[in-house]
Amino acid sequence: MDFSSNLEALRNSWPRILDGILVTVELTVASALFAFLLAVAFGLGAGAKNIVLRGSSRIVIEFFRGTSLLVQLFWFFYVMPLFGYKLEPLVCGILALSLNYGAYGAEVVRGAISAVPRPQWEAATALNFGYWQRLRKVIFPQAWAEMIPPLTNLLIQLLKGTALASYILLQDLTFEVEQLRRSTGDTLFAFGVGLILYFVVGYVLTLAMNLLEVRAKSRLGSGHTVREMFGLAPVSEKPEEVRT
Amino acid sequence: MSANWSWERAWEALPVLLEGFKITLLATVLGFVLAAALGLLIAVARRSLPKVVSTAIGAVAQFIRLTPLVVQLLFVYYMLPQFTALQIGIVVLGVHYSTYMAEVYRAGIDAVPVGQWEAARALSLPPVRTWRAVILPQAVRRVVPALGNYAVSMFKDTPFLFTISVVEMVTAAQQFGASHFSYLESLTLAGLIFLVASYPTSLLIRRLERRLAY
Amino acid sequence: MFEKREPTAETDEEVSAAEPMIRFEKVVKQFGSNVVLDHLDFDVAAGDRVTLIGPSGSGKTTILRLLMTLEKVNDGVVWVGGEPLSHEHKGRKLVPASEKHLRRMRKRIGMVFQHFNLFPNMNVMENLTEAPVHVLGRSKSEAQERARELLSMVGLSDKEKAHPTQLSGGQQQRVAIARALAMDPDILLLDEVTSALDPELVADVLDVLRRVADTTDITMLIVTHEMNFARDVSNRVLMFDRGRIVEEGSPERIFTDPREERTRKFLDAVLAGE
Repeated sequence: MDFSSNLEALRNSWPRILDGILVTVELTVASALFAFLLAVAFGLGAGAKNIVLRGSSRIVIEFFRGTSLLVQLFWFFYVMPLFGYKLEPLVCGILALSLNYGAYGAEVVRGAISAVPRPQWEAATALNFGYWQRLRKVIFPQAWAEMIPPLTNLLIQLLKGTALASYILLQDLTFEVEQLRRSTGDTLFAFGVGLILYFVVGYVLTLAMNLLEVRAKSRLGSGHTVREMFGLAPVSEKPEEVRT
Repeated sequence: MSANWSWERAWEALPVLLEGFKITLLATVLGFVLAAALGLLIAVARRSLPKVVSTAIGAVAQFIRLTPLVVQLLFVYYMLPQFTALQIGIVVLGVHYSTYMAEVYRAGIDAVPVGQWEAARALSLPPVRTWRAVILPQAVRRVVPALGNYAVSMFKDTPFLFTISVVEMVTAAQQFGASHFSYLESLTLAGLIFLVASYPTSLLIRRLERRLAY
Repeated sequence: MFEKREPTAETDEEVSAAEPMIRFEKVVKQFGSNVVLDHLDFDVAAGDRVTLIGPSGSGKTTILRLLMTLEKVNDGVVWVGGEPLSHEHKGRKLVPASEKHLRRMRKRIGMVFQHFNLFPNMNVMENLTEAPVHVLGRSKSEAQERARELLSMVGLSDKEKAHPTQLSGGQQQRVAIARALAMDPDILLLDEVTSALDPELVADVLDVLRRVADTTDITMLIVTHEMNFARDVSNRVLMFDRGRIVEEGSPERIFTDPREERTRKFLDAVLAGE
């Protein structure tokens, strides 16, 4: 297969590839949002004073971190129907991804909140804020800026994890890349294109998160350069904190 | 197939799962050794080689790090039919994770105070000796917990190898579930085995982290 | 135990009465747009003990760092013992020094840093023998013997097996001095070596340095705020400001009768804090 016929095949399958990208992005964004909610919920729970709350959050977090993503995906896809819930592949994907990455995210949230200096809590209490107010107005905004880099890393992991979805019948980007390979017979070309497309999606997501971080940090008074924002690493990456 | 747990079926599933677990463990250990070694090479190369070469290496590493393992596995699997799926799986897993390890090593190396480099220079230590005797012992010691965490991550990512037909534990569970009408038991057991293997290890690593501070 | 070194044949050749041990020839050093050394010219004779004083940013530490090849010159040449340090001969020309040349020349210069910079992953003996074994090619036993001599001189003979983290700042700095001397350098550079120490520990370190000055003829370049020490040990004082030498002379003269306004102001400020 030569290059021009490959390009021809690519042009023909482009609409389907775009659909695949759409599915991947849908899956990623929906899972990410849901994961974030879970992360905040369980992150707060894991840092709570109440030992029952803390213990049960901890159990949930460790459970979903410790049992592997694929097991969770298959569980929703194969086992849930046995209980009478036949879930659509997309829903299975979102559930598995958000529970798994939400659990990792919970650690990040917990860590970021505990990193906000104690005096901040005390100042907020002195101003007569209730617990939720303290959290919303004072603590969370500061923790938020700290959270974004490790969350960005998790987001990219999530994006990469969506590739498994093609194995539960979702026609995502990986699925379409497989199709392209079959139609061109040229693995190098098809997968080369696929990897580049995933890279681009990842880059766009990283940019968006970097933008969020720059905005969050500027509200707190510490700036970053625009160049750093466009780099491939989250603006203040600390690799050891990722995915423990 | 029913939603009722059958201990009989679970008992039958167990040996099949453990066979798969052997493969999981093998892939993890060999993949980790490859990732740790290659990652170190990448990190040291990026610090010592001329700017053009090191930037190129860095770009390739970033690309691998940010694109899905699944797609990379499939890619290499189709391109190199002469190797077995397990061999390809281990190598791709190792190379993929070496890019993470490289970042971890980089952070560790960057954390070594610049005074150490200067003292080595003042004593006229040659570069190889500086790396071996001064920098790496300090850098690696700092990042052992992070490396350990990535080992645990790799362990939990071995199921991705199922995409290239490696019969690791989750594949075994799924196959057993399909043929014996017992997805519930096989998949639940698989999940529990992962949990039992990874959680205590993570705790140990956290304890190690506390003990390793200089 | 620690004798005044006899000049070796090598040293005779290189260090004659006319040949300075250190020469800075129109050296320019800038960081970005900040010119730290501005066409600096000065000489140091073998066996000189020169103290560099001046406000921070005046270039004193940069001079030491250039000599230790931790920085490169932007213009001008640094000479050590009649040979170029920052450059090397290529035919009749001088070109910027290659790493190989630098590594050869560096062996003659030793440095003690403000923050000691001992290697934390090695014990004291290993710190002292690492370079002599791997750079000078000495045997382990030779290096260890010499290390023990030096440890005795700095008063830490019982700390051979200790790790840097188990030592106080003053002890670490004394080990650092021993480590630099273990290489038998011709020149010893001391960069604010007591500035990071608690006051009680400073005296011990200065005593060791006085002993080094008395018992050897090593050339010393000292950057310090400890004026009494400077007066005891040095035979020349150079006052720096903004990359240029403002005034120089013997310690007694400079400290008791500074001629330049800037020198006077600086000394007033420093001595007031002492």
